[in-house]
Amino acid sequence: MPGLRLYLAQRISAMVMTPLVLTHLGVMIYAIRGGLGTTEILSRTQGSLLWGSLYGLFVITVSIHAAIGLRVIAYEWFKLSGLLLNLFAILVGLGLLALGGQAVYTVVLA
Amino acid sequence: MIRPHQKQPLWLAFAVHRMSGIGLALFLPAHFYILGTVMKDTRPLDTFLHWSELPLVRVAETGLVFLLAVHCFGGLRLLALEFLPWTPYQKTLAALAASLALFVAVSFLLNGI
Repeated sequence: MPGLRLYLAQRISAMVMTPLVLTHLGVMIYAIRGGLGTTEILSRTQGSLLWGSLYGLFVITVSIHAAIGLRVIAYEWFKLSGLLLNLFAILVGLGLLALGGQAVYTVVLA
Repeated sequence: MIRPHQKQPLWLAFAVHRMSGIGLALFLPAHFYILGTVMKDTRPLDTFLHWSELPLVRVAETGLVFLLAVHCFGGLRLLALEFLPWTPYQKTLAALAASLALFVAVSFLLNGI
């Protein structure tokens, strides 16, 4: 049963992330024109509820998605299992969540 | 040694999806860390962004954009395979995903020149 839950969490996070990734790709192609600068990035994101929500959701879903994906690889390639496997996945998920949360806070709120 | 099933286009699609996922998972912590440094001082990010305009770095960035796009479009094919009625065009869809990803990456590269 935990396997089914992880499978669903992986697929649902992918479905939620798809429009966010497409938006991010569009923003990157648009923003790269004329070069990137910190001021230019911050002028777009600072205090923006829209970008804050969008990238906040992105960080949450990518943390779940990557943690489960790397858990599968750790199981298949490195034969990790049981508690060690789950600890690895939790560490990856929480690490990405912490770093990503800090990044979103920085470019939107700080 | 390459096994017979590893010569199949859809095995290649699986391998690309997995390797792009690993690449993105390795890149993400550095990406988040760099963005997180703006809070303390904007100079490190500016230095990094200036560095990222070097031609070789821009090509590497294009590779990262390709990884994100190919993981996204390849993932959409997998979601369709698992949740929608079966279609026999899986190789075509995999090729379409790779083509779209290449289009996105080249658009990024050309727009940045």
